[in-house]
Amino acid sequence: MEASYIRRTKDGRIHIKSGSKGDQVVRWTLIILLVLTVVGFLLFNYTGLELGSAIAETAYNLKVMFLEPTLSHFDLGEAVYQVGITLGLAFLATIIGAIIAFFLSLMVATNLAPAWVSRIIRIFVAVIRAVPTVLWVLIFAISAGLGSEAAVLGMLFHSIAYLVKAFSEGFEEVDKGIFEALKSSGANWWHIVRSGVIPTTLTYLLSWVFLRFEINFGVAVAMGAAAGAGGIGFELFMASGFYFDLREVGFITYSILIIAFLLEVISTRLKRRYFPATSN
Amino acid sequence: MNEKAMRKSRWQTVIFLLIIIVLTYLSSAITRFNFVEGMATIPEAIGWIFSNLMVTQESMDKLPKILEKLAETIFMSIAATTIAAVISLFLGLFGSKTTKVNNFLSVFARFIASVSRNIPVVAWSLVLLLSFGQNSVTGFLALFIGTVGFLTRAFIESIDEASQSSVEALTATGATYLQIVSKAVIPQCLPQILSWVLFMVETNIRNATLVGILTGTGIGYTFDVYYKMLNYNAVALVTLCIVITVIIVDLISNYVRKVIL
Repeated sequence: MEASYIRRTKDGRIHIKSGSKGDQVVRWTLIILLVLTVVGFLLFNYTGLELGSAIAETAYNLKVMFLEPTLSHFDLGEAVYQVGITLGLAFLATIIGAIIAFFLSLMVATNLAPAWVSRIIRIFVAVIRAVPTVLWVLIFAISAGLGSEAAVLGMLFHSIAYLVKAFSEGFEEVDKGIFEALKSSGANWWHIVRSGVIPTTLTYLLSWVFLRFEINFGVAVAMGAAAGAGGIGFELFMASGFYFDLREVGFITYSILIIAFLLEVISTRLKRRYFPATSN
Repeated sequence: MNEKAMRKSRWQTVIFLLIIIVLTYLSSAITRFNFVEGMATIPEAIGWIFSNLMVTQESMDKLPKILEKLAETIFMSIAATTIAAVISLFLGLFGSKTTKVNNFLSVFARFIASVSRNIPVVAWSLVLLLSFGQNSVTGFLALFIGTVGFLTRAFIESIDEASQSSVEALTATGATYLQIVSKAVIPQCLPQILSWVLFMVETNIRNATLVGILTGTGIGYTFDVYYKMLNYNAVALVTLCIVITVIIVDLISNYVRKVIL
C-alpha cells in the first residue's frame, strides 16, 4: 500500500472499502437474487389459494400428523418391511454406485489418468448430474418397467456422479512422493493404485460412501412417492394422496425421521472420526 | 507393520467384505432386485432413449409453454432459496457457538434445522398440497422448508469456522452484539454463505422437478403430463430444457464461487 495516495469521495471522506472484483461480484449476485425473488413472487400462479385458511388448515393438519400418529391401512410389521425396502433400494444404489464410481474416478483423477480422458468423463458426469434423479427413474421405468430395477438404476446414476467427484478429489490429494517411490521401484499403474492409492484413501472413500447412503435414503423415499418405486415413500404417497389419512402420514413421517436421525448420528460420528478438520 | 498386524487387517477386510455382501444380498432379496436383469436393462434403456427420446418438430411447438413452466420453476427455486437464506442466516447466528444469544435459542435453531431437513421434502409437499392446493405457493413452501433446514446447518458451520478471533477482538473493544455481527461475522462469512446459497439454488431447481411432479406445479407437472400421455418427444424436450438450465446455473455459480472464494 502506498501511503501517499489516498482515494477520497467527493465530500472528502476516505474510501474504506477496497472495491475489488470479488466484492462487486458478491454485491451483484445478491442484487440479482433479490430482484429475481421479487419478480418470482409477482409472477407466481396463485389460483385457488386462500392464504389465511390454508395456513390454519396446515397447522391443524400438522397437529393431527404429529400428535395422533396411527396406522390404519397396514400394520407395524408391514411398515418395518416397507422401510426395509426403502433402505434396500438406497443400499443397492449406493454399493453398485460406489464400485462403478471407484473405477471411473481412477480415470478422472488428474494424477492417475491422461487429461483428455479425465475431461471427457467429467463432462459426461456433469450431464448425468444435470438430469434430476426422478427423471432418470421415470425414463428407466419405461424400458425396465416400474419396480426396483428402474429405481436402483435411476438412483445409481446420481450416486455415481456424486461419488466420482468426491473420490477423484480424494485421489488427487494423495502424496506425490508415494507415486514416485512406487514408480522408481518399477510398479505399473495398477500396482500404484492397489498399494499406493487405495490404502491411503480407503477410510476417506468409505465415509463418502456412507454419506451418499444417507442421501440415497431420502432419495429412495422420494422415488417411492414420485415414481412408484415402492417402499415407505409409496405408502406415504398413498396415505396422503389417496386415503387422505393424516394420522397414517404422521406415523410414516415419524418412521422416516427415526431412520434419518440414526443415519445422521452415524455419519456425524464418522465425520468426526475421519475428517476432524471439517467438523467441530 | 509386522506380520501379526497385517494378518489382522486382512481379516478385518474379509469380514467387512462379507458383511457388505450379505447386506447386498439381503437388500436385493427384500427389494426383489435382480442384478443380471438390472444390468441387462441398461443397454436396452440407452438404446430406447436414443431411438425414442428425440426432439421433433411437433414437440418444438410446445416449447413456449414448456419455457413458461420452466421459468416458473426457476423463479420458485430462487425465491425459496433467497427467503430461506434470510431466515437461515438468523437461525445460523442463533445456532452458532460464537454468536449465540442464549442457549435456548441455540437449541431451538438447531432443532428446527434438524427437523425440517430430516422430514423428507416429499412429506412436506404432500401435506402442503392438501391445504394450499395446486399452485406455485405449495411448491415454493415445500422447497423453502427443506432449504431452511439445510442452509441453517451449513451457515452454523461456516459461522463457527470463520469468526472466532474477530469476534473476540471486537468484544474486547466493547462492540455491541449487532455491531459484532454486522462488522465481523457477516462480512467474513458472506462468500461462504453465498456459495452455499448458489449451491442450494442449483439443488432446488433439480428438486423442483420432484416437488412439481408431486404437487402439480412448474416443470415437473409438465413432465408428468407428457409422460402419462406417452408423448415421449415432448418428454425429451422437457428433459433437455432442464439439463440446459441446470448446466447454465452450474456454470454461473462456479464462476461466482471462483471469484469470491
